Amino acid sequence: MRFGYSIIPKNFTWDAYRVILHSPQTLLQSYFVTIATTVVGSIVGMWVTTSYAYAISRKDYRFRSFLAFFIFFTMLFHGGMVPSYILMVKWLGLKNTALALILPYLISGWFVMLMKGFLQTIPEAVIESAKIDGAGELRIFAQIVLPISKPALATLGLFFALQYWNDWWLTLLYVEHDNLMKLQYLLIRVLKNMEYLNSAEAIEYGLVKPGMLVPSLSARMAMCILAAGPMLLVFPLFQKYFVQGLTVGSVKG
Amino acid sequence: MKKNAGLSMLALPGFLLIIVFNYLPLYGLLLPFKSYRYNLGIWNSPWVGFDNFGFLFNGDVLYRVLRNTILYNMTFIVLGTTLSVVVALLLYELSRRFVRAYQTILFIPYFISWVVAGFAFRSLFDMEYGVINRFLVSLGEEPILWYSDPKYWPYIIVIAAVWKGLGYSSVIYYAALMGIDSEYYDAAKIDGASKIRQAFSISVPMIKPIIIMLVILQIGSICYSDFGLFYNVTLNSSLLYSTTDVIDTFVYRSLIDLGDIGMASAAGFFQSIVGFCLVLVTNTIVKKINPENSLF
Repeated sequence: MRFGYSIIPKNFTWDAYRVILHSPQTLLQSYFVTIATTVVGSIVGMWVTTSYAYAISRKDYRFRSFLAFFIFFTMLFHGGMVPSYILMVKWLGLKNTALALILPYLISGWFVMLMKGFLQTIPEAVIESAKIDGAGELRIFAQIVLPISKPALATLGLFFALQYWNDWWLTLLYVEHDNLMKLQYLLIRVLKNMEYLNSAEAIEYGLVKPGMLVPSLSARMAMCILAAGPMLLVFPLFQKYFVQGLTVGSVKG
Repeated sequence: MKKNAGLSMLALPGFLLIIVFNYLPLYGLLLPFKSYRYNLGIWNSPWVGFDNFGFLFNGDVLYRVLRNTILYNMTFIVLGTTLSVVVALLLYELSRRFVRAYQTILFIPYFISWVVAGFAFRSLFDMEYGVINRFLVSLGEEPILWYSDPKYWPYIIVIAAVWKGLGYSSVIYYAALMGIDSEYYDAAKIDGASKIRQAFSISVPMIKPIIIMLVILQIGSICYSDFGLFYNVTLNSSLLYSTTDVIDTFVYRSLIDLGDIGMASAAGFFQSIVGFCLVLVTNTIVKKINPENSLF
């Protein structure tokens, strides 16, 4: 057997077959996990990213340059995969939890810089006048800044949704339970298991009788459509905001 | 003071997340110098000096993995940047009506995960059912065993990476082009400059800062690869490792399949340090040439 296959539990072989043809539970469950992590992750991520970016976009904020450098540095230097793995599994104890599928992607340097570039284009007069009317920072942010940032928020939201929807890496690293498996990872497993069912060994060991129908290429294609489809349907709805929202502006540290 | 407190409250959640997920792991940079025992933790595990690096540098895997990572990334930087700028310039010249249609087509690959993309490539290159092999057979040629012959993969990997990333990066440059004051073009037109001349004398110089910024960031991650690309598109086939194994897939195998934390963390350490030094060097060079364009 090839090298990478060892990470896949052997007892799953038949489940893969069942997923498509017989029992939809695994598929439905992973749809649920994917949708839930996408919704929660995108909303929380947008809030965290935008509020941080807003603070460092304000020229009159005292800690502006420190916080800007604080996030910028993460784009240049990071600990790598192994320390992150130990952090998640050992220090935070997040193995096999839904949080492991959400927390690591909530904030990233690039998204903060994109948002900061956009938020900097908001005229200071708008914020000044709200302040004169006696509004607090939180109120200004929620009631004035967010509503006029819709194009940027739409872009950011799409990026977040995409990131969470397409993620399989976090599942690969941190999740072993079937009931927390994301769609993309399920797809990897299904594809690999079918490979196995099609192999000579499977016939030799009687897992598959000669002439038995293993899901065809078209069945596998159907899985791919299930995994990719929703994102492709969402994209056109957001597209008109895209170029507007992607204007990067000044990204200096 | 009250003003600062309000903004600090807004920044706080992000700040905490950055500390936990970006700065705490830096402590793990000690790992390569330790013989890590799960029960002892990082600090209490015994020091071993550079042993983990020795193991890493002695293996013949290192040469292969390093060469692949750097050559692929250099190709992506040069080819990817050039193509994205060209596509952005073309989009800019198109009438606004069709821009959206082209953007949609360019962006679709970006919205597909590497898992699905890997499968799309599989349907092209499958030994028996793949489109290409069927075509070869229908011409009376021998089918090619794509997934066991490493020599084709440098091309396939580059095509896959460009195909998937082109839409996104070209839209970033397109957005930058949209920000250029149209008076420059009007003036150039009066002087009789051709479209090509305008592109080279106005468009490219105007978006140069963002091109340089993105290139510096890419140079900083020259030791990192898109794991999804190298894992899914190649189906993680060990027969192809000579041309498809990169540092990230190697670290992943060392950690998950072999449980070799020492070697995996030594390789990770190498990526972080080398990447950071490259950013500093590139940035210093850019700063020497033109301080305006440097990243920091």
